[in-house]
Amino acid sequence: MLLRHTPKEITERSALTINPAKTCQPIGAMYAALGIHGCLPHSHGSQGCCAYHRSALTRHYKEPVMAATSSFTEGSSVFGGQANLVQAIDNIFTIYEPEVIAVHTTCLSETIGDDIPQITRKAEADGKIPEGKYVIHVNTPSYVGTHVTGFANMTKAMVDYFAKSTGQKIDQINIIPGYVEPSDMEEIKRIAEMMGVRVVMFPDTSKVLNRPQTGKYEMFPEGGVTVEALKTTGDSLATIGLGRLASGPAAQALDTKCNVPCEILDLPIGFKATDRFVDTLRKTLGITVPDSLNNERGQLLDIVTDMHQYFYGKKVALAGDPDHLIALTEFLVSIDMWPIHIVTGTSGKKFEPRIREITKDSPYPINVKAPGDMFLLHQWIKNEPVDLLMGNTYMKYIARDEDVPLIRMGFPILDRIGHSYFPIVGYRGGMRLLEKILDAILDRQDRDAPEESFELVM
Amino acid sequence: MTNTIFAERKDQVHRKGEEPFQMACDKESLAGAVSQRACVFCGSRVVLYPITDALHLVHGPIGCAAYTWDIRGALSSGPELHRHSYSTDLQESDVIFGGEDKLYRALTQLIERINPKAAFVYSTCIVGIIGDDLSGVCKKVEREKGIPVIPVESEGFKGNKRAGYNAACRAMFQLVGTGPIDDISPLSVNILGDFNLAGEIWIVREYFERMGVKVVANITGDGRVDDLRRAHGAALNLVQCSGSTIDLAKMMKDEYKIPFLRVSYFGVEDMADSLYKVADFFKDLDPEIMERTKALVRDELSELYPKLKEYRKALKGKKAAIYVGGAFKAFSLVKAFRLLGMTVELVGSQTGTEEDYKELHEITDPGTIIVDDSNPLELSSFLEEKDVDIFVGGVKERPIAYKLGVGFCDHNHERKEALEGFVGMLNFAKEVYSTVMSPVWRFTPRKQAISSKPQEMDVCHERKAIKN
Repeated sequence: MLLRHTPKEITERSALTINPAKTCQPIGAMYAALGIHGCLPHSHGSQGCCAYHRSALTRHYKEPVMAATSSFTEGSSVFGGQANLVQAIDNIFTIYEPEVIAVHTTCLSETIGDDIPQITRKAEADGKIPEGKYVIHVNTPSYVGTHVTGFANMTKAMVDYFAKSTGQKIDQINIIPGYVEPSDMEEIKRIAEMMGVRVVMFPDTSKVLNRPQTGKYEMFPEGGVTVEALKTTGDSLATIGLGRLASGPAAQALDTKCNVPCEILDLPIGFKATDRFVDTLRKTLGITVPDSLNNERGQLLDIVTDMHQYFYGKKVALAGDPDHLIALTEFLVSIDMWPIHIVTGTSGKKFEPRIREITKDSPYPINVKAPGDMFLLHQWIKNEPVDLLMGNTYMKYIARDEDVPLIRMGFPILDRIGHSYFPIVGYRGGMRLLEKILDAILDRQDRDAPEESFELVM
Repeated sequence: MTNTIFAERKDQVHRKGEEPFQMACDKESLAGAVSQRACVFCGSRVVLYPITDALHLVHGPIGCAAYTWDIRGALSSGPELHRHSYSTDLQESDVIFGGEDKLYRALTQLIERINPKAAFVYSTCIVGIIGDDLSGVCKKVEREKGIPVIPVESEGFKGNKRAGYNAACRAMFQLVGTGPIDDISPLSVNILGDFNLAGEIWIVREYFERMGVKVVANITGDGRVDDLRRAHGAALNLVQCSGSTIDLAKMMKDEYKIPFLRVSYFGVEDMADSLYKVADFFKDLDPEIMERTKALVRDELSELYPKLKEYRKALKGKKAAIYVGGAFKAFSLVKAFRLLGMTVELVGSQTGTEEDYKELHEITDPGTIIVDDSNPLELSSFLEEKDVDIFVGGVKERPIAYKLGVGFCDHNHERKEALEGFVGMLNFAKEVYSTVMSPVWRFTPRKQAISSKPQEMDVCHERKAIKN
């Protein structure tokens, strides 16, 4: 057993995280920045941070992930990283020729107190930033928040740096998709298109991190929101932010800066949350929902109708990011499953009450913790076993130890493919989730059934 | 992107035969480069993490622990404590008021709970900046709990990966010399610089067993604290992997007069050479050891060569590119490709020294590109220019090769097949074959034009002839 060092008895831990259900801010900022077209993310800190983030994203997406680093040395951490960053900006624009450099900080550069805007101004004054090119920045100390915070902050930086209000409204809406997969971003755009809505989505990592095999290595793939499009977000009719933690700050910043009204919704995972998303689009623009989309909803419903007795009463343990967990918990409850252990590494005041509200009719006591870690989740499972696990690849230790099937979702997924190509959002994403859940539960039932009750038709 | 090589990097790239050999290396990476290099912490963490029964506590924000959570695939035949991720998860208040108290509590709670043989406490960038007295806390806990609690000075910014290797070696050296050595055979070695990826150290240990040589400590693959404590009782240190553990061997030589040999278990030539070197070292103590070793090599080769033949036939003339962490690995790879009848068009490393590059220059063919601390743009342009069939590298290089439609072999943390030993050569040949000859390349845009030619179809046909 891999995790034999996990005792059933839970004792208070005050200074220690074991097997985290989170990682640090900068990687979220890097991921968001990759969703700007022609952008090179830049890590202002030691080389290791950048190497780790690139490796983690590469393992998850199986795509080249480009980012530069200020390559801090002992000298820069004493005298500050200004010289490194100015030189980096110069080198990057000379050699790699991006449209945008998106700088995020690290715990190192934050603590020594580097002032990025001041350094950027210096680079500009020195003529290191070519005409029509941009350097944007965000502060992402690793000891505050998590990867979700980093994503939210970089997304907000896109508003801070680019959004403008010309006073002339454009017939389009902004959608901030949340910290989701490129496939999910694609699906959200597809739904909006089906409804005939013109959308500026930011960030947008589709066609960046789910690229086809082309025989070519492209440093800046065709996807990503363009700077031009970002500039117009201040003139959009409205903003829909999906996922309170990941998208809330940018949506609110647009409201404050450019008076673009915003609606912050849950990630559209499952019936109810997707309904709310579709309905918000409908109401905002005064349009009707096309039959094609209603048809997809009907298909999702049909699967649940056909198979509802297999979902009934199954207990689930979840780990992931708050925005995902809220929508997912709601979806599971709506198909008569019972998420009973829910953990996220990201703290947020609204998370626990929301989960308790969604699960209030549960016949089981609900364990929920934010921030918590996977060690605690495992201990809960040892005390009250479950039928299914949903979470990232690190859950496979628990799955093996407790012999419970695992459905991979969230970040990182290091050992399977599919997440970057097939969505879990929208009605069709819901269908995919149901297929995965049924496969996991029914495969297990087939495996465990004694000969005399092994069934062909299910 | 007209000028792929940074002007300042010109002297870190060399084309053999075009100019007299001169290579700059051991330079700090250029700010703004998309470097493939990592940090000090990374170096320490990868070296120490395979010690399976030690507690590994990362003192820092969560990222450093999260990104190094069981990523190396270092296998254990027993304890698996190393596969957990333990972190003090520093928050803003800790950065302001100091993290020593938190570290103390985390350490004592953990040691009470899991009762490890020793604890390694890793320093990170932030700890170096806020000035926590890591060694003070470690000393205190060591006194209270009665196990070795060892600080690892691995602040990320204090150099590159090699500095991290050194910090790891200094940490391990604190354990060496603290265990009993009375019952250790005079024919004994420590294996340094093998991390038991895919079970490789088990292959090598079995060879030594057959030679009659005892292994005292695995450093660090499938490693144990108690073995490290007795490591000074070994007669000889065998050091593989140029950067990572050579410093420990040097310290043990100075302090305990234990000589060391640099070896490589990768590739037929280097594997056999390494065993002969060990036999030669012990020949006065055991006059028959050389005969036994020769017999071992003979047996292994007579089994290997017939199996290798088919692969060599299929792979003859194919072109390879190599970009690895340490240059020592590159030497063995160059030779291994030669054994397969392939040519090496590009070879480079993240952390090679001047000596390393000189040796690479000597063993490669004219026209080969030699490169230090490269970046994706450079690498991809060289791969295209040389039109290679396979690229050997690590996690960040793999998708670059695949996007270009080039085969790939991970010779780093993510290898899944044992590549060491004689059997490792066969595994390597299979892996190279499976990727170079994969039918997938027939569908990729870049190769489509070529694969329609008849001789290429023959090659694809030939593939079916070799059973895995």
